Amino acid sequence: MEYVIDVKELFTHYGRREILRNISFSVPKGLITVILGGSGCGKSTLLKHMIGLLKPTKGNILINGKDITLMNEEELNEIRKKMGVLFQGSALLNSMTIAENVALPLKEHTNLKESTIDIIVRMKLDLVGLSGFGDFYPSQLSGGMKKRAGLARAMALDPEILFFDEPSAGLDPVTAAGLDELIINLKNVFKMTIVVVTHELPSVFKIADYVIMLDMGELIFKGTIDELRNSNHPKVKIFLERKPDESVYSPEDYFRYIAGD
Amino acid sequence: MEHLRNRLNGFFINFHDVAKIINDTFYWTFLSPFKGKSIRLKSTIYEMVKAGYNSIPIITIISFFIGIILALQSAYQLKKVGALIYVANLVGVSITRELGPIVTAIIVSGRSGSAFAAEIGSMKAAEEIDALISMGINPVHFLVVPKLIALMVMMPALTIVSDFIGIIGGFVLSISILEIHPYNYFQQTVNALLIKDIITGLVKAWAFGIVITIVGSYQGFKVSGGAEEVGRRTTSAVVSSIFFVIVFDLFFTALFYYFT
Repeated sequence: MEYVIDVKELFTHYGRREILRNISFSVPKGLITVILGGSGCGKSTLLKHMIGLLKPTKGNILINGKDITLMNEEELNEIRKKMGVLFQGSALLNSMTIAENVALPLKEHTNLKESTIDIIVRMKLDLVGLSGFGDFYPSQLSGGMKKRAGLARAMALDPEILFFDEPSAGLDPVTAAGLDELIINLKNVFKMTIVVVTHELPSVFKIADYVIMLDMGELIFKGTIDELRNSNHPKVKIFLERKPDESVYSPEDYFRYIAGD
Repeated sequence: MEHLRNRLNGFFINFHDVAKIINDTFYWTFLSPFKGKSIRLKSTIYEMVKAGYNSIPIITIISFFIGIILALQSAYQLKKVGALIYVANLVGVSITRELGPIVTAIIVSGRSGSAFAAEIGSMKAAEEIDALISMGINPVHFLVVPKLIALMVMMPALTIVSDFIGIIGGFVLSISILEIHPYNYFQQTVNALLIKDIITGLVKAWAFGIVITIVGSYQGFKVSGGAEEVGRRTTSAVVSSIFFVIVFDLFFTALFYYFT
């Protein structure tokens, strides 16, 4: 299998708190990789490292064989043009219309004519099912539509890798399923490498080809979706069966905790 | 000991962040245009209208009142020595050298400094800044440079308005209540004012524009939590930009006192 992203022995800290501990994995090309884990396990932090927003304390991240932790801002920007990111809150610029938002990376990074950009924008909006919404402002759209618009913007420069941060967060199940469908279509049609950070199990089983699971900043599982289903790792099992993590507090400990002892 | 070390650490991080934003702002404003990264003209004009044109009414009214107050206060003293005509000198010189720039700066701090912090802060809270970076767009270039250029142009322009209206305020009061002949007042003002007075005032205003933009943007970029922190940062943007405007005023006044 060919790999696009290689993360090697990654450590990271916020102040003195260790967030990620010795993370190593590879993201296969042309597949959907899901980074799975409970809230606060460091999965969003890991994503921010992969798109170069944060620098690790130690370790390397190779994208197409080039180490982005050693790059300066200019070299990073070259890599960023080949990546698209859909943020959790879709992160559209509220002062601009949807069409202007999608056109922004094109205007900044290409010398295309205004009329060509218009056509590309319209195509991208069609692709995510938002034709005719170009002149709306983000505040006039629903959560699901904003996510789609954010996706159109992420795809404006035809990236090789697409990142999604919690795509189904805050969406109703039907809209979330629609977005999952869209992600699968993108993989099938454009052969893009897709990395999705999520904790939604239904979504994971629908879209994932390859899964990486984090727990308390450590990597506890990597493998295909079938391997995940059959995993015997206790933490993986607890997560998949949606049981509360009993290892945190025994009833006696919990009583002591709430009694303030 | 632990506490002290954390405080010291925090201080150095802040110092580093301030230095970085100043460095980035000047790089993207003055150097990058020569490297083919042009300035965003459309949003610069938009910022000019928002920060400059839209604050003309409030600056006009306040400057007019300041002119009247200044004329009244100086008449109170000058009447005793029978030198009422020198009201014109006092009003003209103190408005162009000091009050015009500082009143403009305080109004612009309140209107635009806070707006800059709120705009950038809420973008930071909504991950919009992260989105810009991930699209390979430098947020300082995209957001701060148009604001900086707008204020560098509009602060001196607004100061000219403020100077003019302030002098008119003093004039109106003097010819009515103080019964000074209009022509005499006019002549006295023209004789008292040196071109130097006006220029030093405008240089100050230009510097205040830079201070207000940097402080407002810095506070905006420092937002790391949600909406509540945006409010807190907005308040401190206004307070600290007024503080730094006065610090810079002191510096420039001392400089001009000795070197012009």
